[in-house]
Amino acid sequence: MKPLFRGLIPVARKEFLHIVRDRGTLFFALLIPMLQLFLFGFAIDTNIRQVSTVVLDESQTQESRALLQRFAASDVFALRSSVTSQKAMYNAIQSGQARVGIRIPPDYSRHLLDGTTASVLVLVDGSDSTVAAQTVSTATGVALNESVARVLPSGRIPIDVRPSVLYNPATRSANFFVPGLIGILLQVMTILLIALSLVRERERGTLEQLTMTPVAPLGLMVGKMIPYGCMAFMELCAILAVMRVVFQVPINGNVLVLLLLSLPFLLTVLGIGLVISTKAHTQAEAFQLAMGTILPSVFLSGYIFLIDNMPPVFQVISRIIPTTYYILILRGVILRGAGLSDLWVDGAILTAMGSAAILLAARQFVRQKAI
Amino acid sequence: MTVAISAEHLTIRFGSFTAVNDVSFSVQQGEIFGFLGPNGSGKTTIIKALCGLLKPTSGGGSILGMDIRKDAAEIKQRVGYMSQKFGLYEDLTVQENIAFYAGVYGIEGAKANQRKDEVLALTGIGPYLKRRAGQLSGGWKQRLALACAIIHSPEVVFLDEPTAGIDPVARRALWDLFFRLSGQGVTFFVTTHYMDEAERCGRVGYIYLSNLVAIGTVAELQRLPDANPAGTTRIQIRTDRPSAALEDVRRMPGVREATIFGQSIHALVETAQLAQLKERMPQATIEPIEPSLEDVFVTLTYKIMETAP
Repeated sequence: MKPLFRGLIPVARKEFLHIVRDRGTLFFALLIPMLQLFLFGFAIDTNIRQVSTVVLDESQTQESRALLQRFAASDVFALRSSVTSQKAMYNAIQSGQARVGIRIPPDYSRHLLDGTTASVLVLVDGSDSTVAAQTVSTATGVALNESVARVLPSGRIPIDVRPSVLYNPATRSANFFVPGLIGILLQVMTILLIALSLVRERERGTLEQLTMTPVAPLGLMVGKMIPYGCMAFMELCAILAVMRVVFQVPINGNVLVLLLLSLPFLLTVLGIGLVISTKAHTQAEAFQLAMGTILPSVFLSGYIFLIDNMPPVFQVISRIIPTTYYILILRGVILRGAGLSDLWVDGAILTAMGSAAILLAARQFVRQKAI
Repeated sequence: MTVAISAEHLTIRFGSFTAVNDVSFSVQQGEIFGFLGPNGSGKTTIIKALCGLLKPTSGGGSILGMDIRKDAAEIKQRVGYMSQKFGLYEDLTVQENIAFYAGVYGIEGAKANQRKDEVLALTGIGPYLKRRAGQLSGGWKQRLALACAIIHSPEVVFLDEPTAGIDPVARRALWDLFFRLSGQGVTFFVTTHYMDEAERCGRVGYIYLSNLVAIGTVAELQRLPDANPAGTTRIQIRTDRPSAALEDVRRMPGVREATIFGQSIHALVETAQLAQLKERMPQATIEPIEPSLEDVFVTLTYKIMETAP
């Protein structure tokens, strides 16, 4: 073995033994990401459907009922209840029983027949901005369609927009969220496992013993990365299978390219785990630090929120979060069918980040062992 | 005689704190050298410096002729280390622990099997090969730790409080192993808190507040002028109830130190006051004695505390 990586093979072999011995940890390490995949994969749906709506129809005419039918047909509004006073309508929204209130005034039909403008009040609960925006635009659309239908007796609309959504024609949320979720789950699992493994050695005094042997820092680091990298890779394959079979998310690109481009990401998260383990003195500290990496990579990586919409400072931050690049890779291959030629830059950036993290961890380790 | 370990004006500072101050000593090949001192006095720091893990601020040293400043990699290959924390993987079996350390030292194939058999024969841990290290008793854990520490046939072995917290029988068994290896020419550098262990060592060094205050054979240390200040006599006072008499003895004029030793009191008394003390305790048997190693270290420590600012 080359001096730089001295001790790599015995350390890797020993680490495999630890993993096999500690069945409990192995089981939970593999099971928990899978459970979370099921949980979040089913739970997260950003398509706004069946928003509970309260109706105050003071007109009670054929015209008002036609308008309400159009609202119901949009699939966005679920006309759950009717009230008889404006106060009751406000109460329903404030208490959370309904998110939208539609009030059709008594003079609605008269205005329509006169040819003057009838006004319909749509009250929207703004506490969830996504729901509010979606319901407002749908309500406007419904009213516009109803107006056009009334003005043009033939019912033929002059312009018909036919949007076609590429790569995810049904705009299923699972297709968007599950690939990103893979990155987050792999990150949490891998960082935690490898960081705890090294800190455990520090706590038990075996690390002190190792520093007295000819094991090279890189031999120790890389020796630990191999078994945990293998574990994370197996978990990745299992998660991809569940994504394909259970969530019916098609993999439009080449699976092998995806697996290949996953390696630099695993390298990076393993490296981050090692850096954490050189900073933490106890397993509890390592756990805290590992958990601290989760929120930035959920919120700033483009997993949920569009990076283009962030203030410039946060756009820069998102560029230094490894998960950002891996989510680009995951969505690129799985949804758009992108190949190596489109994504190699992201892979290269991750490789650079991973190598830097490992070297940083090795340097920290050399400095600390003297004290 | 060849020198196996030497330190020359070894000084190590961490920032403004001096952990080791101008320490010089040498250990002959095959010797068992005991190193005593309170916690935090610099014992482990000296071991780390001698193994090449940290660079001395000034001064230097050598192990088996290799410079501790330059040859850290070669030193590690020829030096063994065992600490009170064992450094064993408790979830791995005895066999797996031995195999791991063999691998770490680059011992493979037939050579690995041969060395394994040798350390098994020496430590007698063979019957427990398949047992997990965590399920061994304290004494067997230490034997396994020793087996791992010497798997690469080191010529020098550092033992950092190797017997802390194990029973006397296991301690004696472990010391027998040290003596056997020492007979084969292995040099030992042992730190300990136990005086009886120190007395087993060929030579002993005492480090206090980062300074090496005394070094020599046990007999040499017992005769040190600092341990036997001029004008004083070390005596043993045999009396019926030594613990009841102790406070009285301590208050008597001319008594510098007094402590219980089994059924008697050991005291350091100004010779001029000795007669008066005998008069005051007519019922006790009083006779002069040699200082024990503990007496020597306590007297030395008091002397440093008095002279320190």
